[in-house]
Amino acid sequence: MYEILLKQDLVPNIHLFKVRVPNVAKKAQPGQFVVIRIDEKGERIPLTIADWDREEGSVTIVFMEVGTTTHRLALLKEGDFITDFIGPLGLPTHIDKFGTVVCVAGGFAVATIMPIARAMKEKGNKVISIMGARSKDLLFWEDELRSVSDQLIVTTDDGSYARKGLVTEPLKELLEGNDPIDRVIAIGPSIMMKFCAKTTQPFGVKTIVSLNPIMVDGTGMCGCCRVCVGGVTKFACVDGPDFDGHQVDWDLLFARQRIYLDEEKCSFERWQSQFGGSS
Amino acid sequence: MAKVNLNRNPMPRQDPELRGRNFNEVALGYSAEQAKAEASRCLQCPRRNCVEGCPVDIDIPDFIKAIRNGDMPEAVRILKSKNSLPGICGRVCPQETQCESMCSLAKRGAPIAIGRLERYVADWERANKQSLDSPVAKPAPTGKRVAVVGSGPAGLTIAADLAKLGHGVTLFEALHTAGGVLMYGIPEFRLPKDIVQAEVDYVTSLGVELQLDSVVGKLVTIDELLSNGYDAVFLGTGAGLPMFMDIPGENLNGIYSANEFLTRVNLMKAYRFPEYDTPVKVGKKVAVIGGGNVAMDSARCALRLGAEEVYIIYRRSEVEMPARREEVENAKEEGIQFKLLTNPKQFLGNEKNWVVGIECYQMELGEPDASGRCRPVVKEGSEFIIDVDVVIVALGTTPNPLIAKTTKGLETTRRGTVVADEATGKTVKDRVWAGGDIVTGAATVISAMGAGKCAAADIDKYLRG
Repeated sequence: MYEILLKQDLVPNIHLFKVRVPNVAKKAQPGQFVVIRIDEKGERIPLTIADWDREEGSVTIVFMEVGTTTHRLALLKEGDFITDFIGPLGLPTHIDKFGTVVCVAGGFAVATIMPIARAMKEKGNKVISIMGARSKDLLFWEDELRSVSDQLIVTTDDGSYARKGLVTEPLKELLEGNDPIDRVIAIGPSIMMKFCAKTTQPFGVKTIVSLNPIMVDGTGMCGCCRVCVGGVTKFACVDGPDFDGHQVDWDLLFARQRIYLDEEKCSFERWQSQFGGSS
Repeated sequence: MAKVNLNRNPMPRQDPELRGRNFNEVALGYSAEQAKAEASRCLQCPRRNCVEGCPVDIDIPDFIKAIRNGDMPEAVRILKSKNSLPGICGRVCPQETQCESMCSLAKRGAPIAIGRLERYVADWERANKQSLDSPVAKPAPTGKRVAVVGSGPAGLTIAADLAKLGHGVTLFEALHTAGGVLMYGIPEFRLPKDIVQAEVDYVTSLGVELQLDSVVGKLVTIDELLSNGYDAVFLGTGAGLPMFMDIPGENLNGIYSANEFLTRVNLMKAYRFPEYDTPVKVGKKVAVIGGGNVAMDSARCALRLGAEEVYIIYRRSEVEMPARREEVENAKEEGIQFKLLTNPKQFLGNEKNWVVGIECYQMELGEPDASGRCRPVVKEGSEFIIDVDVVIVALGTTPNPLIAKTTKGLETTRRGTVVADEATGKTVKDRVWAGGDIVTGAATVISAMGAGKCAAADIDKYLRG
């Protein structure tokens, strides 16, 4: 039982929890994730680590309400407890002095990118960050990401704030520009990561993505999270979640993410009917 | 001289038609009369061959005599002095190849049903907890601390034995509940989870500290444990890495490793979806690839979930199947179809990435291979297609490489198992022991328990200098 120390509603449907998990806080590294379970009948779901405080003994997770589990998670308050919190899982992002690193965050993944951008900056890289959301009211942590970047570009799909367009547009411009880009980290919805990888491919810039297949245990025992990278089957939970974006079989990832669409719908509708609508 | 009685008391079981649609225990257990009758058949041979066949040295004739005499508390005491998990062993041990095969009456086709009697005693104890004497007083603490990694059969056994000897034990478990394969692997209808939990609770009642949600190798390393107050470490992390065939189509939707399928069904109780949030694909035509106990378990779970047809696809013939005879019979009775001398060539999918069929070869048996069994050989040009919508790959498992990857100085084999002394469990790394599937590869619950017992004795010897 892990106590929720802090709750912030960042933007509609995206929440932040700071949870007391001293052991995990001690070991957490950028790019890693945790698996949580909210109660005895709940499923196990992976969530990326957005931040940690080793002294305080806390881990910060940021999540979006998508289905039953995340909707129920969103109803918890400060002082409530999460039943299980397992981590840190996955291999940490490879941090090194690459030169100029572009960090691209789609939607709520700005939370995942934060510790990576920060670590890249601390390692001596020039960090150019791009963050994008559908509209102004879905942007969060702009100042936080700016504080760990040499340059921050913000986009909104609808143009309600900053630059109108998708994150791939400024990404392409940077690659076409005079300054060499040594590495790109792109994290967000699968389709966004796919298009970032496609954007960088002609320029031959190594692009790391953080894959988000369905998971159950997160420790390599079940194979649910199988992805195909470079023609070889890998388990995203132990071989990843970071992979070379140019080698990923994106179609397979999209297809496997749809395995339980019917069950997810059934579960959500059942929960909604029991609780009279979402939060 | 006792009269020889060859009427082996059968185990009452749920009717096959009925039990194929529920997850309740198939074997219903002896009544008091049946237990006494079976116990009375025991000749109490002076040469206790049955005990030699037991990996944990249970004083078999003695607990059986106690049942015969109606002294159940004594039967419990004798059984539990050697075996901390009798309710589990009585259900899943392959006694027919162990103690019962050594019984004097085995050659006459009617060995004493030792396993059924063990189960009877364990179940009696659970049902009659109040009437037992208060537990044995806690031993004097030695001040020594042991970290046990993995709360499966090996870990639970060694934790209990070390705690009974007065050592401080912390049991680390990666999952959110203890028990290892006992919880996630073996289905409810063979091993009810409340029984597993009761036996876990017994172990923690001995003073063992259980830390769930703790992935050793990620949360903390073995070296960190050794330098942070633990005098010894035991590795009982099992063989939890699933093997796939590496043939085309294996990543199609609807293809599961047995580990994933069983974890969803047993650990996460997907058979009660949507009351429990974790789903599992039910399928109309389910194929399970493999011939061991895990394959039988997977097939029988698939059936109970509601599949119309369930096939076991196995590349050799029935005689070579490694599964317990009893489980093969149970599966057949329940209507599971066996497609023997059949091996998948590739999985076929539709445009939405769902599996729709398996293209298989017919096989024939050639010369014996390293395992002593006839090598299955492909019959050229024999390909045919089996229509399926769910596939479960139950080909076996090897140790999860996490511990080996994060522990310096541990010697491992090419198969990923940890090298350890057969008698003591000692590894080449200072102060580190190992036992169970992580050493032997996938084997049985009872052999893991035996390894736990041996390592407990060796660690105790080491801790006492």
